[in-house]
Amino acid sequence: MADLKKNPFVAEDGREIVLKADHLCIQFGGLKAVDDVNLSIRRGELYGLIGPNGAGKTTVFNLLTGVYKPTSGRFFLCGKDLTGKAPAEINRCGIARTFQNIRLFGNLTVAENVMVGLGNQIPCSLFESMFRLPRHFKAEAEYRKKAMELLEVFHLAEYADHLAQNLPYGKQRKLEIARAMATNPTLLLLDEPAAGMNPNETQELMDVISFIRQRFGITILLIEHDMRLVSGICEQLTVLNFGTELAKGDTASVLNDPNVIKAYIGE
Amino acid sequence: MDFLSALINGLSSGGTYAIIALGYTMVYGIAKMLNFAHGDVIMVGGYTMFLTLMALGHPLVALAAATVFCVILGVTIERLAYRPLRGASPLAVLITAIGVSFLLQSLAQIIFGSSPKMLVQLQISGGITLGALSIDYSTLLTLAVTAVVMVVLSLFVKYSKTGRAMVAVSEDRDAALLMGVNTNAIIAITFAIGSALAAIAGYLMLCKAPSLSNTMGAMPGIKAFTAAVIGGIGSIPGAMLGGILLGVVESISYSVPALAPFTDAVEFSILILVLLVRPSGILGKMRREKV
Amino acid sequence: MRHSKSFYIKNYLNYAIILVVLIVFTVLSLTGSAKLSTLLLLEKIAISVILSVSLCMVVGFLGELSLGHAGFMCAGAFLGGKASALLEPVLGNGILTLVISMLVGGFIAALFGVIIGLPALRLRGDYLAIVTLAFGEIIRSLVMNAPTSWFGGTLGLPTPKFNSKYLFIVAFLMVLACLAVTQNLIRSKHGRAIASIRDNEIAARASGVDVTKYKLFVFTVSAFFAGIAGVLYSYTQTRVQSVNFDYNYSIEILVMVVLGGLGSINGSIIAAVLITFLDVELQTLLPGDLAVLQDLFYALILIVIVIYKNAPGLKSFRERYNLRKLLIGRFAAAADAQSSTDSVSGKEEE
Repeated sequence: MADLKKNPFVAEDGREIVLKADHLCIQFGGLKAVDDVNLSIRRGELYGLIGPNGAGKTTVFNLLTGVYKPTSGRFFLCGKDLTGKAPAEINRCGIARTFQNIRLFGNLTVAENVMVGLGNQIPCSLFESMFRLPRHFKAEAEYRKKAMELLEVFHLAEYADHLAQNLPYGKQRKLEIARAMATNPTLLLLDEPAAGMNPNETQELMDVISFIRQRFGITILLIEHDMRLVSGICEQLTVLNFGTELAKGDTASVLNDPNVIKAYIGE
Repeated sequence: MDFLSALINGLSSGGTYAIIALGYTMVYGIAKMLNFAHGDVIMVGGYTMFLTLMALGHPLVALAAATVFCVILGVTIERLAYRPLRGASPLAVLITAIGVSFLLQSLAQIIFGSSPKMLVQLQISGGITLGALSIDYSTLLTLAVTAVVMVVLSLFVKYSKTGRAMVAVSEDRDAALLMGVNTNAIIAITFAIGSALAAIAGYLMLCKAPSLSNTMGAMPGIKAFTAAVIGGIGSIPGAMLGGILLGVVESISYSVPALAPFTDAVEFSILILVLLVRPSGILGKMRREKV
Repeated sequence: MRHSKSFYIKNYLNYAIILVVLIVFTVLSLTGSAKLSTLLLLEKIAISVILSVSLCMVVGFLGELSLGHAGFMCAGAFLGGKASALLEPVLGNGILTLVISMLVGGFIAALFGVIIGLPALRLRGDYLAIVTLAFGEIIRSLVMNAPTSWFGGTLGLPTPKFNSKYLFIVAFLMVLACLAVTQNLIRSKHGRAIASIRDNEIAARASGVDVTKYKLFVFTVSAFFAGIAGVLYSYTQTRVQSVNFDYNYSIEILVMVVLGGLGSINGSIIAAVLITFLDVELQTLLPGDLAVLQDLFYALILIVIVIYKNAPGLKSFRERYNLRKLLIGRFAAAADAQSSTDSVSGKEEE
């Protein structure tokens, strides 16, 4: 018997829905960059967002992280409405992201980048830092320890004291993911993590992604063009085209959808 | 009638601001930098006129000499100080421009001393009277020159090949380069035009008040930059609008006894108010950083 | 956490040097063997150091260009100076009056810092530069044109005196306070957050950094110390005049910060000391218009250094001939290599 008062944040198979986006729209001038996009991502899932260039994928990320405010529609993390909140607040509520064009803190060290991500997880007020009260020293040691643990996971520990801008490209991408993970997110948004990587680096990246899923049980939404990566690790897909949903469902069926093939390859 | 004459004076000094602001705004639009030394180019033009007047004696010859010299100076500054920094952080470029400004001011003081020079040959006195309203000839000249400059510049940017290349460079320098636009040449031409306008503005300023010192261009330069920002920096109509607006506000503020001493504060407050409401100025385009 | 010896040398040497200078001159002053002109020079140097270190926080670490530092100083000098003029009949011209007026000047300047920090939340780069410049000029214009009974109008505000033998001690203690607050702040998780805003504001927001809070805070603290410097300045003058606080003075402070190497507190201190020393000494050496030779020299140095350090075309040249290593020699290179291991709290340089 259908339960009419069904909880909207529980999927049909009984799993919790971590991210629910309802009818997200955003308009720039007369252009509808994202038009009625709906997402529901279950806990622990690896969800792919794909589509041709200019389909509005990154705009969806920007909506979900508060960079843009949606013209209409709402989105929820674990049932909490985050629509219209500022980027920093959304991050603290549990959504972290990486960027298509890497955005590291170039003049800070690798360890310090991660420590910025750790944010306020270890309490120490401005006052305590300015006047070097005991808690400052305790907090600093703790920050360093936590950052090093995380860097170990990403095989970046040996670079801890290098400036982030001096890292090679592939390691910069990994550091960005490490920094995002440092904010202790429920949902991780990865914007073209394999862009510009060679096949070896892509393989290594796929291993890292699988590893952090196992280790932290995190839910991931990722944008990608590399079809090998998408078909290799994504469980569910949404395909965007011209800002609207073209197809959605499990990876294999979506990738065989004639509409999707048409959008990618043409007639 | 007081208000009307304040308005006309405001239009005139606003015209001068607008001509200087055009130099700031074009350089900003095309080279993406704040040329802090632009005001001091006016001052160099003033001293060029001073020297030419001593040697040859004719104001128009002096103006021509100043224009030529300012163009050479502007292009040289761009080549030596700014071009090496293309692609560097905006902060570095701005600080260099501040350095150039100081350099010009102190050079002028070393060469010409700190006591002001009077260029009475340039002064245009007298005026016309319409009923109770009297308008100086210098005011009329400024208004006429401003109008001509605006029309010519707008036509140049819109219809000439160089002008269109300028628009292309300001939209996207790399794309323009790929389309075969010589961006370095376009930027140099922009500095040349801006510097020529600075010389003209210097001439207009000295027509009204013929006192010349090494800091003559500093405050008008800052005010004109303020005007360019109010109008929306990078926008040519914006520079005109901002310049006129600032000139009128200044003149009206001067004419109100209670406000007169606070005129600078009033002008700068307008800048802050406009930017708080429209962070890119009145006619400026919002440039969102792409994420 | 354990730190190597070079860590302590690197991070606490500046306090030690300032303390030694302070103690030496206190002894000289007490024994009466220090000339008053030397003490005045020390006061001026201390004021410059406070100004440059506090501006360094905004420009070097937050990465925002402020051209209104002299405006904050102006607010401090006049309102703090006014406070001391009002307090003098009640409390005399002792340390109590000085401290209270420094607090008044500091807090009022800090209030202006909040006001200027607000547009800083919406504006960036060149726009903020012109707005801060405008703010500084507004403050100056208001002070100059306020009723003569308030701040003395164009003649300036007469200020009370403090024992000229000991004023430099107070000034040096303020330098230490400013240095401690700035350095402690920068070398903490809050300092990292501030630097992350400078390096990439969008990523900082996405990493949960409260950009609003930090921007306002940095502007406020920086203005607070500029205000204190203003009060100290007012004590070195017979009258404070608003003409001395125009934007050219803000630029002079900026020159110190830039010459010191943006983002290096010790560099700012060294540059402030050198420039102030030259300022004072050259004033007597170069009469009249020749004094401007000094400005010419600064301008040239500023241009050359900024181009040298930033020009993309000189990158490979810079890497081959590292100026710092050439100047300081192999010792510094070795110390750098060693100290990179404790960079968590000591990496704000470069």
